[in-house]
Amino acid sequence: MTRFRQTTAMLAIAATALLASTASARDQIRIVGSSTVYPFSTVVAEEFGRSTSFKTPIVESTGTGGGLKLFCAGPGIETPDIANASRRIKSSEIELCEKNGVSKITEVKLGYDGIAIARSKESDSINLSLKQIFLGLAREVPTPSGDFVANPNITWKDVDPSLPDVKIEVLGPPPTSGTRDAFNELALEGGCKTFPAIAALKNTDKTAYKRICHSIREDGGYVEAGENDNLIVQKLVANPSALGIFGYSFLDQNRDRIRGSLVNGVEPDFDNIASGKYPVSRPLFFYVKGEHIGKVPGISEYVREFVGEKAVGDYGYLADRGLIPAPSDERKQIRADVETGKVVTLAAEN
Amino acid sequence: MRNCAMVDPKSHWQSQRFKSRLRRRNRFERQFRYLGIAAIALAGLSLSVLLVSVLANGLGATYRTEIALDIEFDPEILGIEVPGAGETAEITASADFRAVLRTSLMQRFPDAEGRSEVRELVALLSRGAAAELADRLVEDPALLGQRIEAWIPASDDVNFWLKSEAGDSGSNSRLSERQVAWIEALAADDRVARRFNGRFFSSGDSREPELAGIGGALIGSALTLLVTLAVSFPLGVAAAVYLEEFAPDNRWTRQLEININNLAAVPSIVFGLLGLAVFLGLFGMPRSAPVVGGLTLALMTLPVIIIASRASIAAVPFWIRESARGLGASPVQVVAHQVLPIAMPGIVTGTLLGLARAMGETAPLLMIGMVAFIVDVPTNFTDAASALPVQIFLWADSPERGFVEKVSGAILVLLALLGILNGAAILLRQKFEQHW
Repeated sequence: MTRFRQTTAMLAIAATALLASTASARDQIRIVGSSTVYPFSTVVAEEFGRSTSFKTPIVESTGTGGGLKLFCAGPGIETPDIANASRRIKSSEIELCEKNGVSKITEVKLGYDGIAIARSKESDSINLSLKQIFLGLAREVPTPSGDFVANPNITWKDVDPSLPDVKIEVLGPPPTSGTRDAFNELALEGGCKTFPAIAALKNTDKTAYKRICHSIREDGGYVEAGENDNLIVQKLVANPSALGIFGYSFLDQNRDRIRGSLVNGVEPDFDNIASGKYPVSRPLFFYVKGEHIGKVPGISEYVREFVGEKAVGDYGYLADRGLIPAPSDERKQIRADVETGKVVTLAAEN
Repeated sequence: MRNCAMVDPKSHWQSQRFKSRLRRRNRFERQFRYLGIAAIALAGLSLSVLLVSVLANGLGATYRTEIALDIEFDPEILGIEVPGAGETAEITASADFRAVLRTSLMQRFPDAEGRSEVRELVALLSRGAAAELADRLVEDPALLGQRIEAWIPASDDVNFWLKSEAGDSGSNSRLSERQVAWIEALAADDRVARRFNGRFFSSGDSREPELAGIGGALIGSALTLLVTLAVSFPLGVAAAVYLEEFAPDNRWTRQLEININNLAAVPSIVFGLLGLAVFLGLFGMPRSAPVVGGLTLALMTLPVIIIASRASIAAVPFWIRESARGLGASPVQVVAHQVLPIAMPGIVTGTLLGLARAMGETAPLLMIGMVAFIVDVPTNFTDAASALPVQIFLWADSPERGFVEKVSGAILVLLALLGILNGAAILLRQKFEQHW
């Protein structure tokens, strides 16, 4: 019968664990969202846990869209307190939040991230204009007569005779990634707009404009290499003729193996991204749930740590990790907004 | 075959046709054997390539580069009130341990001048060095005001530079020429060394490779597997006993059997979604908690345990049951006293294999929030925790280069644990299995 008693004991343990878990107040901040913001968010979380008496926040990397979905699920204590985002919250997401009773959202811009188009250090540096990027990667490109044909360019030389005669082979993130969204918007659309006929289309047929400017070729010129940027770096090292697309922090950390390509003649380095000269850069945000301030200890303190000069300043510890700080005036404004608890509304959007 | 008898047997099996056929058959036999050997050699080769590369990288994870510095815990530099006689100083987290490190480095290298040069000098040390110094002083407050020689963790870049040193010129390194000169000066004094890194096994996750450890993930995995075991073992064995010993053989039980077999083959992410919907959604359990992870993995492991247990119970010879019944044992007594003890080695083997599989899972944990950056080492079933494979996944995705060897180190630990579990399963089977 000892076996029976053991089994009962084990069941009892499981049952207690279940009961204990159902009723719990939280003393630890929960953060979800973008994988691009994750490296910065975790560094701040660790520093925050180390230098204060609060517990170290838990950071999950769910992607911007997935994170905001969890964030907007409701005001309850079981939902996350902060959502990281590599793009601004969409009006549809604010609506979802409001529908579920989350209305006190504060937006905090933490800085900028450049999207690098990099290559192995073994090959020469390459200088691409946004127009050339579009011609190399778009699914459909315009012909001189004004029609659109499936992208016929096979080598970069086909795109522009001044470019090297290597096959177009670009490794980049899949469509679920915020980096891909930003790349489409900044690089592809940026190059797309340089054709006057397409730019005119924006006013007449917005869906056609979007389809042309945001579609990436699927015939092998662009390879979806997954969300793991380290993998892209490794593939670039193994294949010196290929190009790779990823966040600036990965270029910064792997400078001994890969080099960034110039875009519109501008090199992707710290100063150029910070000053806005480098064209493919985007702001990074996180969103704070006002309903949880006061219920979960430490949220305001965490936000203050994040926007402090020590973290996001020109010489802050996040700059060492590849974050591009916002200009100093903007940082002051952000800090002021955080102190007053400025709330995101639908009107402020778009 | 009958006409065989009509020819002379000797001439038949010594005929040319027979011999050539025999040769062909022998040749085929040989080729088949070589094919088998080649397959095993290929598998062995790829396994050894994997193991060698993981070992070569991973052993480095238990070491880290440290620099010996003369540290003075000067209350003035720290910004701490000097304690009066008989009082102990209050050491707060706000004390400026960075300043202590900076002062120490600047005393060693007075040639560093200006803000940017000092920044470069400080960048030789790990960003977590200050926190480690703070821990040391908290542990031993008597050190305040003392001057000691301490080994301070060096930064990741220094670590890499030393590894790839071999005279590589500065162009391929993230260190500046000045920094290289400083490190070389320190190395000439025997003040730079690779030292055993105990933190790797005890501490939680960190964004500094030299501070990150698998302690948190190990405890998380252990707590998760405990819950998995506690839930799936009794349920699985009970289900197997009922189905094998008591259930009537009708259409309903046959359906059940098919379903259980199918469940064992369902992709693990599906169980993660189930866990998300049921445990988090319906019951409102906390995210990232080992209890939820354990329950989710228990769902995944249950069919494996049921199938293994049923096979093991079915293998118990019928005459054991008949004899027990003949001696007057009730059906429950037959099962509890005779069948289960005999079937137990097989059941435990199946359970251990199921647990080994559960330990290597990441996909179900993704959905319930255990794939997260968690610094604090969990202490109970409801604390946020990650698990070993999750930690490997998170580190592999980090931009810092130092995590490469951490990944291999964590893989080594995971492989060792899997080896222990599987080894235990084999051992149990060999030791207790009975043959009739």
